[in-house]
Amino acid sequence: MSGRFFAAGADRRIAITIFILLAAAVIVPLLNLAVSPTSTFYVPSYIVALTGKYLCYALLALALDLVWGYCGILSLGHGAFFALGGYAMGMYLMRQIGSRGVYGNPILPDFMVFLNYKELPWFWYGFDHFWFAGLMVLAVPGLLAFVFGWFAFRSRVTGVYLSIITQAMTYALLLAFFRNDMGFGGNNGLTDFKDILGFNVQADATRSALFAASAVTLALAVFVTWAIVGSKYGKLLMAVRDAESRTRFLGWRAENVKLFAFTVSAVMAGIAGALYVPQVGIINPGEFEPANSIEVVVWAAVGGRGTIVGPIIGALLVNAGKSWFTGVLPEFWLFALGGLFVAVTLLLPKGIIGMWDSWRGNARALRAASIAEEAGTDADVTPPAKIVRSAATKPGDWSAASPEPQPAE
Amino acid sequence: MNLFRAIGLTLLFLLATLSSSGASEADLRGIIAKFATAKGFSEIGAVVHELAAIGDPAVERPLAALADGNLYVRKVDSLVFAGKEAGETVQLSDPLSGEASGEAAKDDITKIKVNNTLRRVIRDALGTLTLGAKDPAVRIAAADTMFKTPDAANIGPLDTAIANESVASVKALLEQARAASVLVSDRPDADKLAAVALIGARGDRDAVSLLTSVEANSADAVKQAATAAIANINSTLAFWDAGQNIWYGISLGSVLLLAAIGLAITFGVMGVINMAHGEMVMLGAYTTFVVQQVIRTSFPDLFDWSLVIALPLAFLVSALVGLIIERGVIRFLYGRPLETLLATWGVSLILQQAVRSIFGPTNQEVGNPSWMSGSFNVGQLAITWNRLWILVFALTVFAVLLYVMKRTPWGLQMRAVTANRRMAASMGIRTPWVDALTFALGSGIAGIAGVALSQIDNVSPNLGRGYIIDSFMVVVFGGVGNLWGTLVGAFSLGIVNKFLEPYAGAVLGKIVVLVLIILFIQKRPRGLFALKGRAVEA
Repeated sequence: MSGRFFAAGADRRIAITIFILLAAAVIVPLLNLAVSPTSTFYVPSYIVALTGKYLCYALLALALDLVWGYCGILSLGHGAFFALGGYAMGMYLMRQIGSRGVYGNPILPDFMVFLNYKELPWFWYGFDHFWFAGLMVLAVPGLLAFVFGWFAFRSRVTGVYLSIITQAMTYALLLAFFRNDMGFGGNNGLTDFKDILGFNVQADATRSALFAASAVTLALAVFVTWAIVGSKYGKLLMAVRDAESRTRFLGWRAENVKLFAFTVSAVMAGIAGALYVPQVGIINPGEFEPANSIEVVVWAAVGGRGTIVGPIIGALLVNAGKSWFTGVLPEFWLFALGGLFVAVTLLLPKGIIGMWDSWRGNARALRAASIAEEAGTDADVTPPAKIVRSAATKPGDWSAASPEPQPAE
Repeated sequence: MNLFRAIGLTLLFLLATLSSSGASEADLRGIIAKFATAKGFSEIGAVVHELAAIGDPAVERPLAALADGNLYVRKVDSLVFAGKEAGETVQLSDPLSGEASGEAAKDDITKIKVNNTLRRVIRDALGTLTLGAKDPAVRIAAADTMFKTPDAANIGPLDTAIANESVASVKALLEQARAASVLVSDRPDADKLAAVALIGARGDRDAVSLLTSVEANSADAVKQAATAAIANINSTLAFWDAGQNIWYGISLGSVLLLAAIGLAITFGVMGVINMAHGEMVMLGAYTTFVVQQVIRTSFPDLFDWSLVIALPLAFLVSALVGLIIERGVIRFLYGRPLETLLATWGVSLILQQAVRSIFGPTNQEVGNPSWMSGSFNVGQLAITWNRLWILVFALTVFAVLLYVMKRTPWGLQMRAVTANRRMAASMGIRTPWVDALTFALGSGIAGIAGVALSQIDNVSPNLGRGYIIDSFMVVVFGGVGNLWGTLVGAFSLGIVNKFLEPYAGAVLGKIVVLVLIILFIQKRPRGLFALKGRAVEA
């Protein structure tokens, strides 16, 4: 009974989130385009671009939440999938510049002319079509995640080892994309975009449309994640998270379960990157920086991992804080971010949403108990089941009364 | 060994000052001024001889300028200048020091003319001057220059110098220089063949380039001999190249070992992923910087000892910070390795920003003490002292740590806690203290690694960032909880990296190594030297 109650509460929350996102996708562009700039309801264009960017981050955090919150895979390389999706979109946008570049070459982007390329590298073919670029946005991060995950999960690389090699993966890609002869613009990346699907990327209408696209995509992603998590497969996912060996002993192929989640998550991250690039107007190798991927983890942690809505709230809050801090007290942003990492892990291990849930759960249980006492009967209300998230790494571990270090093996 | 180096350097310095203080600058200027009044080539020749007789290397500049026709007399005040033509004007400079002294129109100055006879006189004078210098280093440099720019006219002075030379190593160099000059002269083939053999024996890149030009410009026997000599040298050089790569690899390996060894302890014993490890290295480097600043301002004589002084201080600073982190943060997160990773990452951001706020974002200059600068050659290998000392230092740290782990009560407790925490606690070991001290030890070692790395890397707030991923790779590759694994991991990654570099370039080499490690972990998820156990999750 309590399980159904919990699920019902979560369902309502998901529905509200999707509704808010869809409403924002309609209202914000309207307030930007149809309302006169003097009105109090007018939303300035830079706010539209900024929140659009945040929504992409929220999508990335949601993607990470699927693997970390529900499957226990702490990926420190999700920024790589994000950046790969971004590069695929960036390549399309570069080809759309056509002969309007500084060097006016109709085929080669500016940086290639600058670096003395004679012809387009083979992997740039096809990116002049939007459908092809869109396919690549899904395929490249998905394929990388599939291959990487297939090797890693099959040989049972878990826990911190997996975290470290995902970090190594994004670091290797960072170094690779910094190279000029990779053909992706090297240090400077891809920028100076002009058109997307024939519309000027700088125009207010295009920005509003991109914002709406981000909001709708995020709503869709929330729905998909919710559907995955709520299905039988979702239960398997959480079983793997909480006791991987036990799941395996029960006859499930834990590696396949993880691989699916990891690939889906990477594709979501790739889409986030593709939506991000036209809104900020640049993609460069800095996006592969391992620090960026770790920052994504803190968004999810702040909002509450394993809660779908939490990472979105976390991403929006932390990034709004970042924008505010870097404007007002640029010196202190890293202190604040570092402090956030420490404070969230120490004080808010379940994040904002998790704390809210347990607080409300307790309050409800107390109220039910007091009502039952007044009525003079035994309360048949059990407090909502708490999901144990600190996975026991070894059988017998949960008998330990206090946390203890576990030597790495 | 230090002391010997210090004494050697002092001697060299004394020699250099002795040989250069042969004549006062005023004397030289007096003689140079005579160029202004000398009439005709024979008088100029006499001045040249007078100048050369002083035996001061400083006369090389005016004499060389004279030989090239770049010595001028200003008409107004009859002063002598070295000059360089630039269009209608001439850039003047002091004939002795080479300092710029303005420019003059061509009409205002007279060029001191030289003919071929005079040029030969000057060349001989110059040759005997430098080849006969008291300082062997000057003679070696002269021989080297003559080897690289061979000229048939050098043979005469070289013959005299070889006859007078008493140091065997310098004599060999002089003979090689003579051989190079013989090859470009019109001497008989027999002489040239002997010269080719002599140069072939030298066996370095300069010899190859010289022989290649000989091969192109001569015929028959000499050409064949040159070809054979080149092939011979190249095979030797390939051997030395491999040696050079191994040395670079070992050097990189020692850096990796230093950076990773502290991590191996905390990760191995406590299972704690310390993302702030790189920042401990950075704190050590900044401690060195502060120590050097204090020494520079207050005790400049102690500068050579700055690193020795910085070592214990860096250890203490980093160990203290480590202890605070363990007691303040990590202790609450045991059993949750992924959360520890995030929290320590946060700590690393705070430490970085704190250092940036205090010292500024730019690179700080940390100087090399005299015993760590310079280099020496082993065959064709150039080995720099700082790299060698870092290798020695890394191995020393490793040995000390191994001793602590295997031979001291504390090490025994540490190993007991690693093997079975509950049992160790039951036997009366205070496991929380072991944890705290282990973490402090790991951090302290990172701090002294920072002292060493400050000698070869930029000391900036981002110093630690560069090492953290590499150190994790070393620890994971070598196998956690095993110091020998870390040693093997560090050196094999270093050497593989340096062997890949010539073929793939530095960046691509690094990428290949990362990919190889990722693949390796698939094969052996617990590293090269995994602890054996029967745990389910292992």
